Amino acid sequence: MAALLSILAAFILYPLARVLYVAFAGEGGPTLSHLFAFFRRPLFREALYNSLLAGFLAVVFGSLIGLPLAYFTVKYDFKGKIVLQTLGVLPLVIPPFVGAVAFQLILGRSGMVNLLLLQYLGTTVPFMEGLPGVVLVQTLHYFPFIMLNAAASLTNIDPSLEEMAQNLGSYGFRLFRKVTLPLMMPGYIAGALLVFIRVIDDLGTPLMLNYTKLLAPQAYLRITTVGIDDVDGYVVCVILVILSLVSLWIARKYLSLSEYATVQRGASGSSISKKIGGLKLFIVLGISILILGISLLPHLGIALLSFSKVWSFSMLPTAYTWGNYDEILFRTPHFVKNTLLYSLLAASIDVLLGAIIAFLLIRGRVFGRNLLDAITTMPLAIPGVVLAVGYLRVFYGWNFPGIGKPLTATWFILVIAYSMRRLPYTVRACYAAMQQIHISLEEAALNLGASRRRTFLKITLPLMFGGLIAGGLISFVTSSVELSSTIMLVPKMEFGPLSYGIYIYMQSAIGRGPGAALGVVAIGLVAVGTYLIHRIFGGRTGSAFRV
Amino acid sequence: MEERGGRFLLKAAEVHLEKVSKCFGEVWAVRNVSLHIRQGEFYTFLGPSGCGKTTLLRIIAGFVEPDGGEVFLDKEAVTRVPPWKRDVGMVFQNYALWPHMAVFDNVAFGLREREVPKSEIKARVLDALKKVNLEGLEARRPSELSGGQQQRVALARTLVIEPRVLLLDEPLSNLDAKLRLQMRNELVKLQKDLGITTIYVTHDQEEALTLSNRIAVMNQGSVIQVGSPREIYGQPQDPFVAEFVGTSNFFPGEVVEAIPERLLVKTQEGTIEVAIPENFWRGRVGEPVLLSVRPEAIQLRLPQEEDHNKGNRFLGTVKTSAFQGPLVLYEVELKRGTNIKVISPNPKGGEVFRVGEEIAVLFETQEVTIIPAGSGV
Ligand SMILES: Nc1ncnc2c1ncn2[C@@H]1O[C@H](COP(=O)(O)OP(=O)(O)OP(=O)(O)O)[C@@H](O)[C@H]1O
Ligand SMILES: [Mg+2]
Repeated sequence: MAALLSILAAFILYPLARVLYVAFAGEGGPTLSHLFAFFRRPLFREALYNSLLAGFLAVVFGSLIGLPLAYFTVKYDFKGKIVLQTLGVLPLVIPPFVGAVAFQLILGRSGMVNLLLLQYLGTTVPFMEGLPGVVLVQTLHYFPFIMLNAAASLTNIDPSLEEMAQNLGSYGFRLFRKVTLPLMMPGYIAGALLVFIRVIDDLGTPLMLNYTKLLAPQAYLRITTVGIDDVDGYVVCVILVILSLVSLWIARKYLSLSEYATVQRGASGSSISKKIGGLKLFIVLGISILILGISLLPHLGIALLSFSKVWSFSMLPTAYTWGNYDEILFRTPHFVKNTLLYSLLAASIDVLLGAIIAFLLIRGRVFGRNLLDAITTMPLAIPGVVLAVGYLRVFYGWNFPGIGKPLTATWFILVIAYSMRRLPYTVRACYAAMQQIHISLEEAALNLGASRRRTFLKITLPLMFGGLIAGGLISFVTSSVELSSTIMLVPKMEFGPLSYGIYIYMQSAIGRGPGAALGVVAIGLVAVGTYLIHRIFGGRTGSAFRV
Repeated sequence: MEERGGRFLLKAAEVHLEKVSKCFGEVWAVRNVSLHIRQGEFYTFLGPSGCGKTTLLRIIAGFVEPDGGEVFLDKEAVTRVPPWKRDVGMVFQNYALWPHMAVFDNVAFGLREREVPKSEIKARVLDALKKVNLEGLEARRPSELSGGQQQRVALARTLVIEPRVLLLDEPLSNLDAKLRLQMRNELVKLQKDLGITTIYVTHDQEEALTLSNRIAVMNQGSVIQVGSPREIYGQPQDPFVAEFVGTSNFFPGEVVEAIPERLLVKTQEGTIEVAIPENFWRGRVGEPVLLSVRPEAIQLRLPQEEDHNKGNRFLGTVKTSAFQGPLVLYEVELKRGTNIKVISPNPKGGEVFRVGEEIAVLFETQEVTIIPAGSGV
């Protein structure tokens, strides 16, 4: 327990505290003057405004896309529904910064669409310039969070609640507005806030699109260009943390309300999915296909780019090659290798810590349970940039005992960052798995003469095995495409993982092909991982992506 | 909307089911059911779990469209009318109270849907809550109510729209035993006062027998027997009914003599004499029948004791005896191997027959019910 708490304190609490300290420390004692200085700088004010706007717009557009899809797939019954549901989560498998590159190919200044427009209308539309580009990419990447959460909420609504309203004379849109919508609200809001947090924290997309008037890129730029002692960078970090914390808090509040709508005993069980056909089916399918078609374009774009030899100022590549894969698999194989190594290590650490923490949270009567719970939830509210800045502050230039050099000079700092950032998900997966094991199963074993240790090994562990695997997979998958803390923490080029490789390659025109090939590898990793998680979680995949 | 002004009696509808069937995949949830439920009647669907009671109720409410057959409300075919246009009030087994609305809004919902004026809504909601003894809880959320209170809100919410028929799906099953008895009484009183046609679903035979005017006993999707509680209990026409409603002892046999008001049936244990009520089933000689005798209709005597009552008398051995306070339950094996159940009131003197004791069993001729063969055991 003490060892556990000191790990969490050293790698979560302390770095965060140091960031806060720098931001609020004055000549003699705490001060708010840095904070005020932040608000006096027009650039920072603009960044804050832009970040809030980007988050807000991504939520609005994401809802416009995600809510109808959720409603269609839960409430209507039609052929091809499964396909729709599957395609709906595919945007999540493409890391947003990879998506950003792909969208530039399609919608960028010299992308497919603009080339067409130029050819036929003699003009171009700056889809991808500045904030709109960022919002576009993030909306299309994150709307599945809204869709999954809203769909989970909808599915959980006890059908008799809606039938009762029908029984009393309500139907159609009135029924939706007065009963269905209020009941699905908590889940929807939780999903929306999750998107908001992610968008504000996202560093990769704005950097890829070369738009830096947002909070996360500002923090990154201050620290990497001005220097590690620049106070403004820390203030930006504090603002980021506050925004995330507030959103997380609201989301949790709403989620705890959502429990009330879940299915109760004795329900008729058959949720009301209506068979539809004719015009309605046509409209539903039309909207769904249009939305999914657009959000799946990046996958296609990246795949094409990864095989292209020459692709500039033309609709499609003009020459194809295997060379890009050759490059990333044989000439610079370390990107992929590093990713596998780091993510695997991070996942193992998470599973180990997650199982222990979950066990303590459920079965332990230890002092400090709530504290433990709070600390393990913290990383959800700490943006990657902030954690990275904290690590740099704490470990930079300080020779770590036993290694003989600073922790930030080794690749292990990446593993630590990944494992801490994903810990909440693994804890949750383990917690859920363990919760389903009724204590009587363990007691039965104890009663039959098994020791506590053997009971844990023979009964508890095997029963929660699925949960452990799922938790590890979530950690693995998300770590393998993590960019925001990676960019800041990579000590040397050859220690860089896949996401870093993509970022570096994409900086130059000739690197785009290999970068895309790495992107395809990333998509493949995430897709396989997500599929496996889905297999283990069954229909409740949404629960793995919740706040 | 005028005629909605609180005169339930005029609105109560009769319900008519005509050869209604519903199949889920391979399972016949409801199979060829025809019923006639009279105006103002308290009518119960009784049957074991999974026999199709809920499905039948949901067909009447319009949530399930039958594969075949018609549903009539007051002669009007409503089989294809959507649930929100039927004016048939249903109380769900789990109450289905909306958690995001206060008690008042829950109850007012149906009235608002019908665009009743605001002032009238208030008066009617308060009145409905008063009817179910729930004054003063209007502002609470459903989660802040006890099970019994939730149940009453659910009832008030349905009653307030003054439906033509009231459907209750095991409304008491989520309550504890004591509350269940209390609500049962209140329900009967309320139903009498309002005079509303009520269809009640339960798998609890005692509940069905106490509450109902008439009962339809169901099994595997079919209605087996319809009748008053007395008829169902006293003259089961099917072994399933006899066994499900109370328990019974069965004697398969063959009619050997049929004279007015009396029938002699040859069974494995000997000849049993049966008194037949007038206009009841008249057996023909040689026809196979099944006889049913309720355990509480059987008396036990010492074998040497003389008995002057006319009736059926057999010898047997006590196999088991279970003391249950006011009652003693016996299992007796008759001479030819038939096992029967006997329930006797606990005698004052505490005289209980011992296991292994030789005894005589007695039952009167009018306690024997004939179940026509062909209904099958
Ligand atoms: N929506 C459905 N889909 C498939 N089968 C169903 C559905 N609803 C009911 N059934 C089946 O139909 C049969 C009758 O179900 P029903 O709910 O009417 O039983 P019940 O008599 O109300 O039982 P209980 O007393 O347990 O509530 C059961 O075998 C059930 O499994
Ligand atoms: Mg039922």
